[in-house]
Amino acid sequence: MAVILDFAAQVAQMLVVLLLAPLLTGFVRKIKARLLRRQGPPLIQPYRDLIWLLHKEVVLAENASWLFRVAPYLIFATTWVAAALVPTFGTGLMFSWTADLIAITALLASARFFLALAGMDVGTSFGGIGSSREMMIASLAEPAMMMIVFTLALMAGSTQLSTISGVMLSPEIGLRISLGLALLALIIVAIAENARIPVDNPATHLELTMVHEAMVLEYSGRHLAVLELAASLKLLLYVSLIICIFVPWGLVPTGAGHAGYVIGAAAYAAKLAAGGLLLALFETAIAKMRVFRVPNFLGAALMLGLLGTLLRFISRSL
Amino acid sequence: MLASVSLWCVAFLLTVAVLATAIARRPAATPIVYGASLAASLVALASALGGLLGDPASPATAILPLGLPWIGAHFRMDALAAFFLTVVNLGGAAASLYALGYGRHESAPSRVLPFFPAFLAGMNLVVLADDAFSFLFSWEFMSLTSWALVMAHHRVADNARAGYIYLVMASFGTFCLLLAFGLLAGVDGAYTFAAIRADRASPVLAILVLALALLGAGSKAGLVPLHVWLPLAHPAAPSHVSALMSGVMTKVAVYGFIRITLDLLGPPEWWWAMVVLALGGITAALGVLHALMEHDLKRLLAYHTVENIGIIYIGLGLALAFQANGVAWAAALALTAALFHVFNHSVFKSLLFFGSGAVLTATGERDMEHLGGLIHRMPLTTFMFLVGCVAISALPPLNGFVSEWLTFQAILQSPELPQWGLKVLVPAVGALLALSAALAATCFVKAFGITFLGRPRTPVAANAQEVDRFSIAAMSLFAALCLLAGILPGLVIDGLMPVIVSLVGERMPVQIAVPWLSIVPIAESRSSYNGLLVFVFIGASASLAIYAIHRVASHALRRGPAWDCGSPNRSPTTQYTSGSFAQPIRRVFGTVVFRAREHVEMPPPGDSHSARMHVDLRDLVWEILYAPVAGVVTFVADRINYLQFLTIRRYLRLVFLALIALLTVLGVWL
Repeated sequence: MAVILDFAAQVAQMLVVLLLAPLLTGFVRKIKARLLRRQGPPLIQPYRDLIWLLHKEVVLAENASWLFRVAPYLIFATTWVAAALVPTFGTGLMFSWTADLIAITALLASARFFLALAGMDVGTSFGGIGSSREMMIASLAEPAMMMIVFTLALMAGSTQLSTISGVMLSPEIGLRISLGLALLALIIVAIAENARIPVDNPATHLELTMVHEAMVLEYSGRHLAVLELAASLKLLLYVSLIICIFVPWGLVPTGAGHAGYVIGAAAYAAKLAAGGLLLALFETAIAKMRVFRVPNFLGAALMLGLLGTLLRFISRSL
Repeated sequence: MLASVSLWCVAFLLTVAVLATAIARRPAATPIVYGASLAASLVALASALGGLLGDPASPATAILPLGLPWIGAHFRMDALAAFFLTVVNLGGAAASLYALGYGRHESAPSRVLPFFPAFLAGMNLVVLADDAFSFLFSWEFMSLTSWALVMAHHRVADNARAGYIYLVMASFGTFCLLLAFGLLAGVDGAYTFAAIRADRASPVLAILVLALALLGAGSKAGLVPLHVWLPLAHPAAPSHVSALMSGVMTKVAVYGFIRITLDLLGPPEWWWAMVVLALGGITAALGVLHALMEHDLKRLLAYHTVENIGIIYIGLGLALAFQANGVAWAAALALTAALFHVFNHSVFKSLLFFGSGAVLTATGERDMEHLGGLIHRMPLTTFMFLVGCVAISALPPLNGFVSEWLTFQAILQSPELPQWGLKVLVPAVGALLALSAALAATCFVKAFGITFLGRPRTPVAANAQEVDRFSIAAMSLFAALCLLAGILPGLVIDGLMPVIVSLVGERMPVQIAVPWLSIVPIAESRSSYNGLLVFVFIGASASLAIYAIHRVASHALRRGPAWDCGSPNRSPTTQYTSGSFAQPIRRVFGTVVFRAREHVEMPPPGDSHSARMHVDLRDLVWEILYAPVAGVVTFVADRINYLQFLTIRRYLRLVFLALIALLTVLGVWL
């Protein structure tokens, strides 16, 4: 019985992230528009876009290979698996031991690897520029992420995400310098990984500044829909990650009753909305960076993460 | 018993080598030599696996009446040797299989065929050797046969220089090892490993031996700053030999280092680990940065060998640190990570070199800037190469990720270490490791994307043909191993345990007993990873997505010209090149590491020539360390050169003066 419940929770989690992801994207867009005193598209616009794209035909470049056609599904699947392993409303995920935080980071790296290859497949200059810049950003964001993982893992004595959030929930953890550093670094990494302002601009096309959009430029129809969904999933994943590590209150522990799940779901929705709001505020308040300023921005995250890790190595109480 | 089986295989390989000198010019020689090498490697592989899985308490030994008088040549297959023999013979078997097809295109078979089986025999002998003399003799034999293979195409530009530098570095390495074993053996000349083990070296001697082992084995493995020969020599050899040199011979060097430091030298000191860790971290980062700047496919792969050796040495350094502090369970974890990476790297690096050899056969090109679009012409090679790229980039669910994950887990155990130096160094090395993993992914997006994707940049690339079935078979074998070791890592870890127990006296938890075939380094609440489930989940969600989307979405698909923001240009030169792909990385890291400078040559107004951009990269290791030494040697050689052209009277005078000097010295001494 307990196994069935756990399994149901895991399946529910997979569906929740899949269904919520476009909503979060729509929510951020809406808030950004309202902050600029525009009406903005309705909240459900991303869903409509997806359905619209699914019904369009695919226009494939003449020399696109099988890799180009397989990549969207691989990227989506990897991102989805990663997102399904990050606790959202409850910690008792049935398969949480399948991949720890390092493996989740690496799963996202796999998705990016194939996205960058897909960008180079047709052999256009835009695809190349996108892939090259994406990998440059990743080559700094990934070690920064790994340093954050180190900080958290040394604090919790585990790289398992459910254990980490359990430790964060416990009263003895309190405020710590290394936690603050890790939070700052994680926010920077999340912004870079999700191609948000100031690293990249998800709203522009046809500009030499673009990174993510340049890689998916040749995609259309259902392939594009899948990629858009994967991008939304990734945003949701990072927001959920920040939530479950740094604001874990309300997370349902293993074996809680129905009431617990209701509270957990409500708390998750509220935290997600707050995260989206903060992201929109941040994006509206800041300007896009030149590409070669991005390494400094990400280098700061790397240094913060390294500092946090060093503090953990030096003292157990910082 | 098993040791004698392996020795018979070695004897057989040597016989084949001798035979090959006689028949090398006949067309039938290629299949005969490689077929015989394949058979011998398979038998030796079976014997090594038997040694690995057999009873670790009673290793197989053999003594031959060769070598030094009254001592003989000792051979022994303990768990450590059995593991490395497995790596050597697996690589050897696959390279022989590959060469059954690839070797047919060889322009100078008589320069390759005799040395290939001899090289395999040499590597086997190094690992089997159980006394200092046999070890050094086999080591030098291995170096010389591989040098001969590097020089196979000696008329190709730069190959002669590569061979020369390799020969100098290899001699230097053997010289260091000679001194190291001399110190280990002591004044009474206890040359067998058993005697060395029984008679522990004093602390001062241990320091010297460690330094010499780092220089000797490190120069063969490619540790920075002793790596300079590696990216020159490995690509110069024929591709199946490159695969052996990069994938296997560097592992034999790692074996030498492990044998000396963890087995023969006695209990380690904690600061040894500092040296090894620092060298490993620098090697990993510098290797991958060099690789990113390369546009020669084989040289890029060779630089990645440097990177991976760095990762292995990080694991070894951690193992030394834990072992020195008596944290044996963590030492077991770190050493497992290092040895797992030894196995993984031998598999995917050989696979990638096979792939580059296939590209070379099909197009005659190693320069990525002249390739492109091969995915349409060589689909199987492309797929195998892609598997190798994903594996080496440490991406789940393939095998490269597992060993890096284990290394990270070992790093996370290091707050257990009491020394401050290690407390500060280990996180820094962890950051370097994470950085090099991310940069490796960048580098292989570049290597794969420029070579196989996009549009062909030259006619040879546009007209490439898929390679023969032997090459494909060898590549498929290793691609399958990449996947199997990635999704069933617990089996590999359990297989490594006899080695780990024999070296550190502790083991990791039994992995096969963990439910769902997860791997658990310490305890499940602390960390676990399940490659099989990750693989199944990715497969299932991708299939589900494909199924669902094809149920609801439009099936229509139309081919058209590329969109490229509405202004597509048909010329393949408008694509990103290897240089332009790496440009952001060059700007971020290259300005410091390589003193990279870009300057643009603009034609004067009215001139219709195109502008040119030049990039200056400087190899600081070469400039700071090697160029001065080479300068001094040349200067002295030039001065002494005068002695070559003396008259007979002056020679006689020289001889007389030398005699007087010698007698004076003797007189003063006694």
